[in-house]
Amino acid sequence: MSWQNILQIAALIGLLALCVPRLGRYMGYVYGSRADGTAPGDRFFNPIERVIYRIFGVDSKREQRWNVYAASMMAFTLVSLLSLYVLLRTQGSLFFNPTDRASMSPTGAFNAAVSFTTNTNWQWFSGEVAISHLTQMLGFAVHNFISAAVGLAIVVALIRGITRSRSRNLGNFWVDLTRGIIRILLPLALAGAVVLISQGVVQNFNGHTVATAVDTTNTDAEGNAIAEQLIPGGPVASQEAIKELGTNGGGYYNANSAHPFESSNGFTNFMEIFMLLLIPLALVFTFGALVQDKRQSRLLVAVMAGILVVFSGMAALSEQNGNSALASLQVDQSISTDQSGGNMEGKEVRFGAISCGVFAGATTGTSTGAVNCMHDSFTSLGGLAPMLHMMLGEISPGGVGVGLSGVLIMALLSVFIAGLMVGRTPEYLGKKIQAAEMKLVTLYILAMPFALLTFAAAAVVLRSAATYQAGPHGLSEVLYNYASTANNNGSAFAYQGTGTQWYTVTQGLSMLMGRFFTIIPALAIGGSLAAKPKVPATSGTMPTHNPLFGFLLAGVILIVAGLTFFPALALGPILEHLSL
Amino acid sequence: MTATVHSPDTPGAGPERPPKVRTKAAVSRSIFDPTIVKSASVDSLRKLNPVTMAKNPVMFIVEVGAVLTTLLFLRDLGDSSGQENAFSGLVAAFLWFTVLFANFAEAMAEGRGKAQAATLRKTRADTIARVRLADGSIVDRPSAELLVGDLCVVVAGEVIPGDGDIVEGIATVDESAITGESAPVIRESGGDRSAVTGGTRVLSDQIVVQITAKPGETFLDRMIALVEGANRQKTPNEIALSILLAGLTIIFTLAVVTLQPFAIYSGAPQTIIVLVALLVCLIPTTIGGLLSAIGIAGMDRLVQRNVLAMSGRAVEAAGDVTTLLLDKTGTITYGSRQASEFIPVHDVSAVEAAEAALASSLADETPEGRSIVDLAVNEFKLAVIDDPGAVLVPFTAQTRMSGMDFTSGRSVRKGAADSVRRFVEAEGGQVPLEILPIVDMVSNDGATPLAVIDRRPGGVWRVLGVIRLKDTVKPGMRARFDEMRAMGIRTVMITGDNPLTAAAIAREAGVDDVLAEATPEDKMALIKREQAGGNLVAMTGDGTNDAPALAQADVGVAMNTGTQAAKEAGNMVDLDSNPTKLIEIVEVGKQLLMTRGSLTTFSIANDVAKYFAIIPAMFSGVLPALDKLNVMSLGSPRSAILSAVIFNALIIVALVPLALKGVKFRAEAASAVLRRNLLVYGLGGVIAPFIGIKIIDLIVTALGVK
Repeated sequence: MSWQNILQIAALIGLLALCVPRLGRYMGYVYGSRADGTAPGDRFFNPIERVIYRIFGVDSKREQRWNVYAASMMAFTLVSLLSLYVLLRTQGSLFFNPTDRASMSPTGAFNAAVSFTTNTNWQWFSGEVAISHLTQMLGFAVHNFISAAVGLAIVVALIRGITRSRSRNLGNFWVDLTRGIIRILLPLALAGAVVLISQGVVQNFNGHTVATAVDTTNTDAEGNAIAEQLIPGGPVASQEAIKELGTNGGGYYNANSAHPFESSNGFTNFMEIFMLLLIPLALVFTFGALVQDKRQSRLLVAVMAGILVVFSGMAALSEQNGNSALASLQVDQSISTDQSGGNMEGKEVRFGAISCGVFAGATTGTSTGAVNCMHDSFTSLGGLAPMLHMMLGEISPGGVGVGLSGVLIMALLSVFIAGLMVGRTPEYLGKKIQAAEMKLVTLYILAMPFALLTFAAAAVVLRSAATYQAGPHGLSEVLYNYASTANNNGSAFAYQGTGTQWYTVTQGLSMLMGRFFTIIPALAIGGSLAAKPKVPATSGTMPTHNPLFGFLLAGVILIVAGLTFFPALALGPILEHLSL
Repeated sequence: MTATVHSPDTPGAGPERPPKVRTKAAVSRSIFDPTIVKSASVDSLRKLNPVTMAKNPVMFIVEVGAVLTTLLFLRDLGDSSGQENAFSGLVAAFLWFTVLFANFAEAMAEGRGKAQAATLRKTRADTIARVRLADGSIVDRPSAELLVGDLCVVVAGEVIPGDGDIVEGIATVDESAITGESAPVIRESGGDRSAVTGGTRVLSDQIVVQITAKPGETFLDRMIALVEGANRQKTPNEIALSILLAGLTIIFTLAVVTLQPFAIYSGAPQTIIVLVALLVCLIPTTIGGLLSAIGIAGMDRLVQRNVLAMSGRAVEAAGDVTTLLLDKTGTITYGSRQASEFIPVHDVSAVEAAEAALASSLADETPEGRSIVDLAVNEFKLAVIDDPGAVLVPFTAQTRMSGMDFTSGRSVRKGAADSVRRFVEAEGGQVPLEILPIVDMVSNDGATPLAVIDRRPGGVWRVLGVIRLKDTVKPGMRARFDEMRAMGIRTVMITGDNPLTAAAIAREAGVDDVLAEATPEDKMALIKREQAGGNLVAMTGDGTNDAPALAQADVGVAMNTGTQAAKEAGNMVDLDSNPTKLIEIVEVGKQLLMTRGSLTTFSIANDVAKYFAIIPAMFSGVLPALDKLNVMSLGSPRSAILSAVIFNALIIVALVPLALKGVKFRAEAASAVLRRNLLVYGLGGVIAPFIGIKIIDLIVTALGVK
């Protein structure tokens, strides 16, 4: 690692340490950590919210039971899913389409609509080639906000389940959704977009800018010399900010954050890593504020950050070490003034191997799926890192809202296993974990492996998989891509062609299962916990804020994922690595 | 008349735990009692019935796997090589053993209860009851045909035909059949000692018993059903754990089923036998196989302590208890006042006061009087008073004093402070003002002050000092309450005493809180208040007025000497009627949960090593690079898979004693317990199978498996 790398990482940690707790506290106010329910900026936001509630007929004082909350969330999701589907199917004949993009095929539109509704932002298409400006702005940008806000609402409802005692209600979905968008996501995205624009990230309504080529030696498929290039413009920076802040990850351009129009320099690269980690980490402090126990949030942040550092480090160092097969051919892969060093296939020279590894760790830890380099080109161990990182269930720190709810559910599982060992019915923050919760926790932890393994296995047997690469790396690609969809991540081992009917349909299903088979149980757990009385903590209560519990939680997360995926990984990236 | 000193019989010198009274049957039975092992072996075969097995999804999968591998082994018997046949046959055999060992564990746990039930059943033999009809005539009726409300006449030597309350008479009853305690107990009509149990024997006198339980639903019947585990239902926590185990089983099934397509893709398809072996090794068979045995053994541990839990739910709740309500008298204190201190007035030495107290109490045969003598002898090493001519003045209702007149002419007296004052003033003496604050202080501490006076020949009565009589806290109680506190359990003392007395005893015993001048309503209100705060409450009781509170409490332990109503209301009955046992019940409940948690952790942790044994074995033939994962360098793919399967089967048997005895229990804070158990069963669970599988592999390889 060079000193520049170390400086960048130190600056990232410093900036996060500065902003995360403050934002966490602010979000706590937004979701009612103050006894009187007030929050900063009420004078500005309250009137806006009142207008919205009036337009949509929301009674903001009326609270919902978990099932009504979940039904509201599902109804909202269904409507937004269908709207995006219709938009994608008809964009060719709609206005504001300066680049003349055609409407999408039924399965393709299904996949894309599901992808953006579930906060996955998996793209089987190239954004600049397939999507009109209208769809980008009215479809994708809107979904980037609302899918993240749904995540916020989910985790807030789950936390209310923990904090409330003998209550039936988890809050009002519509209120939580509105406040998340108006008070958290919009202001942050606005600030983020301004920062990005200031660095040269594109923000316009242009169609194609025609550029005359200086070098005319390049030829197209028919052998004609290419004299001019079409450079697509568009509202990129505004999309880019929420893409990272909402842990969405769907790029305006196919090359995503590796494209200079999306991330113009080292600073924007740094800011994008910062933005994608910001809200998921800050939410943990919101949790601490809402349960009024900062020790709990510190412990969870430590566990999440610990896992994040391990996997980012594994990716970064594996990439910096380069390819051992090249090393045996005496190819110089070290860092020098002439080269960034390491495995540079599929990487931007602007960013280098370490920065790519850090970005890969952050994007797979947060279920964002934005990339600043091509993960498929990683070394076998370097590629194993983001893959396994996703397979942990996106909890380090995970996507906006859903990441924290995932780690809370893993905490319930850890508490259950360990709590028995101390001789009491296990409890977490005063709530007893009994059969009803364990049933839902079991459903939760089953959903993702099911959505991943069954489709991946079917893909390799049915030979419908367009696995262009033979051998273990081909299996790695299939595993990675279903891990990405099942965990609502959206990044890809992109060598594999995924626009086929088989992939668009199965990956669409995998995304739906990975999203809703987890957040509905999470809400149900919230409902079940809310109804329970709070057991006062005594010395007989297992503490959930000390390092011992931290190791236990990390151990349970790693062991559950490890045991589930080890056989498959052994035949993919592990075999690939051992065969080098 | 010779004055003699009683031998000191203050109960329990030095700290001690309350005695654990056990039934004779339970004491003599070791974990691997040959008769139980024999019947358990037979039962484990009987339990192979798939209908029974289906109740336990984890072991049911193993049984299905065993059937499948056996069929495949038989199908390929003719076509395969000798090595392959040996491998398939052994895998199939050890899968069967895995199921059998799990069944054996359960049968072992049940066997202990069954043996106990058989003993009880002997006492249930039908008797002929003599029923007194409304007109006073008496008819004979078999005990099996008694109706609730029948009045039965039972005389000395007869067996009581059914559960009931004595409505006439008083008798000594031998209840050893149920309690194992050979000393007879007194039962009488009215009050809280009127309940009698069918199957017990009247030793003296004649009683009339009103039957309160239908035949077949008597206490004895319920007891037999309980210890036998006949209608054992899964407890809430057991259900939660079963759900998790089923979930893990599904995940591992998913991992193994999808492994085959990946294996085919990689050009290394696996045989069904190998896949079944992998699956069985991964699913949590260790805890799945021992789960019910742990639950049954937990109930059995209570039975060994002579406590009958009406449901497993109650045992679990005991582990969760956060508030213990303990009656002062009988539980925390002996219930009799005893001398604890001599407080002399200023011009008298302590020895002088003690000597006078001793002399004046020799005539007092009450426990209080004897305790004064004991204190003087033990604390002040005073010897027998050698004065053959002395005259003992016994306690009378008129004087309310006892004392002694020495031959020298000196007299000593002791008695309640106010009677002594009146006596001295009547005799023309004067009580010094100095004594008043001492008397007040002793009263304020919740103790009873007795004054000691003497008169020299020719002198007047003078006051020597005050004897402090107080209710004595049982030895070792403070240590136990400290343990409870360490475990996060709050102890509340319930007493009818005034707040002052109550507070003093509470301070001395070290309880956390006290409810003084408690009425049954207060007790009920306290329970409800605690429960509203999220606490789980345990209490003991024996009287009919305790019944509502016993029913309200999460764990209500009724004393066997108590009324039928109390026994019906509680969810446990202590046959020894020792209220201190509540503390042991809590420990048993905790130990039960700890055992489950520890074995679950162990079971899951084991899987790491099994992967490192089986995955390289499956694939290293076609994909040699994966042999690098064979960190244990096991002999051959076949020996590796076989060793993992054998380890998986043997570990169940190896852990049967732990499942039956429970993991080691220590009264510690939760974090300390977690750290220890996580280290032993978590880390130990990761490491142990690496060693175990390697050893088995060496043996299996030596035996020729290649």
